[in-house]
Amino acid sequence: MSFLKTDPEYRFDYASNVAGVDWLPKISGGPAAGTPSSPPPQDSEPPNAAANPTPTTPGYLEVVYHLYSMELKHGPIALRCRTQDRVNTELPSITPLYRGAEFQEREIYDLYGIRFAGHHDLRRILMWDEFKDYPMRKDYRQPDDFEWEPTPHEDVLERAKTHYTGSPSVKGDSGEEGVSR
Amino acid sequence: MISPASSSSAATLGNDRRYEILSGDNLGTQLLEVSMGPHHPSTHGVFRMDVVLDGEVVKELKPVFGYLHRNHEQLAERMSYLASMPFTDRLDYFCSMTNNWAYASAVEKLAGIKVPERAEYIRVILAELTRLINHTALIGFLINDLGALGTPLLYAFREREKLLDIFEGLSGSRMMYNYMRFGGCRVDLSEPLLRKIHDMVDHFPYFLDEYEKLLTDNEIILARSQGVGVLSPELAVNASVTGPMLRAAGINYDIRKVDRYGIYDRFDFRVPLGVRGDVYDRYYVRVLEMRESLKILRQALRDLPPGPFITPDVKLRNFKPPAGEAYGRIEAPKGELGFYLISDGSAQPYRYHVRAPSFINLTILEDMCLGQKVADAVIVLGSVDIVLGEVDR
Repeated sequence: MSFLKTDPEYRFDYASNVAGVDWLPKISGGPAAGTPSSPPPQDSEPPNAAANPTPTTPGYLEVVYHLYSMELKHGPIALRCRTQDRVNTELPSITPLYRGAEFQEREIYDLYGIRFAGHHDLRRILMWDEFKDYPMRKDYRQPDDFEWEPTPHEDVLERAKTHYTGSPSVKGDSGEEGVSR
Repeated sequence: MISPASSSSAATLGNDRRYEILSGDNLGTQLLEVSMGPHHPSTHGVFRMDVVLDGEVVKELKPVFGYLHRNHEQLAERMSYLASMPFTDRLDYFCSMTNNWAYASAVEKLAGIKVPERAEYIRVILAELTRLINHTALIGFLINDLGALGTPLLYAFREREKLLDIFEGLSGSRMMYNYMRFGGCRVDLSEPLLRKIHDMVDHFPYFLDEYEKLLTDNEIILARSQGVGVLSPELAVNASVTGPMLRAAGINYDIRKVDRYGIYDRFDFRVPLGVRGDVYDRYYVRVLEMRESLKILRQALRDLPPGPFITPDVKLRNFKPPAGEAYGRIEAPKGELGFYLISDGSAQPYRYHVRAPSFINLTILEDMCLGQKVADAVIVLGSVDIVLGEVDR
């Protein structure tokens, strides 16, 4: 990366686009539901599905960089960087080289969960700080209680129920019904 | 983060002698953390700046956003290619046409679709009109941020409304056009509308002259914006800043000239560049860009050929591009707007990524604001030209 940036012949001084991609584990025998039937042709590394006889190809996360040269007005060059798998998701950060990647790497960390080593300010950027999951991953499912947050209302309801236990006018003493209303 | 500044650190603030005299004899000054926004009129939407202030001087500034985040990319990955076209309108809602074009160009690259001549001309005409809309509105907002409440903004919005009338006649909507299609446009540009655009292009220079007379040599604007929020060309390139911001810093990089996408190589226009990269240059580069846009518009209207406005052989229903990937970018009014698409051969994109110019231009907001006054931070943000629909996506 540093070579591409400083070499006088290339001078890719402009990191235009940094995008994360999630590749799910793929079953070589036949395409499973929700997985791509074949990965797109990739110029950097050929997909090793044919070389690997195991039934499943492990998934991984990938970052795609599009670099241009503002000085020499050429490009783009597309670089790919893969994580080891979908659990060990650490990649080197290019932010020390290209400031322009700062927010984009934060966005990828936020939405894909790739940890960029060397990024000076890796926080969530679009989702709120307390958010736990990585919503752009292909296997992400939105929870039902998406915007649930504890309120005093629940406690008041609990206390009200204990107050009225044994009273014949309260029907359905399971308690769940009252909470869900 | 917040601690009483010792007298030694206060003295390093600069060679402002009054400050030194005040803080010289252990007058304890305290840093103040202010959260500007998300409902602040200067932040152009739901955007927040966590500012640490020493008196009036900005010591630290962290932009906080995401209030409008709706995971646009994931939405697009769960629907067909064409169905996300109206969603691109909602990215940068001031320039829906260029969003449409950027997305259409990425898909056309992916599927190898040719665009007929007339459609290319229509696209150029609409994109340049969009640039006029964006730049007039932005300058209005910028002057509004400077404290000229209302008047210049109303002048700008008067013109913008006339331009929006044209778009409304064309697409049926003032702002959410949903107009471009893969391989062309949805409807043809009719004769009455063309006459309207002609009138607009003839009339617009008078408006610009009037506007410039009010603003360009205005003493208050010069005093407030010159030398404020300076962005060095080295940092601008390194931080991937694009659009008028970059050109105001003196870097000659216009994607219309570099990529020559569409038919931009047929038009004669120049790329205005700034010298100092301050707020004033950013204002003036935009004014000059509007004049160049008018030049392009005149040439495009003169040469507009007859013919089909959309390729007839593109099957828009059940559209399935071949597996592969494409990155299409255009020069949107705010900078480089790119769409990165990965197709797995199905009807939905496997990966859909938006390279949003105002999101990335915000990276160096802190660098431009450090050491400035709070009021200057407001106009620096105004000159960055953000739209939160695009920043948050």
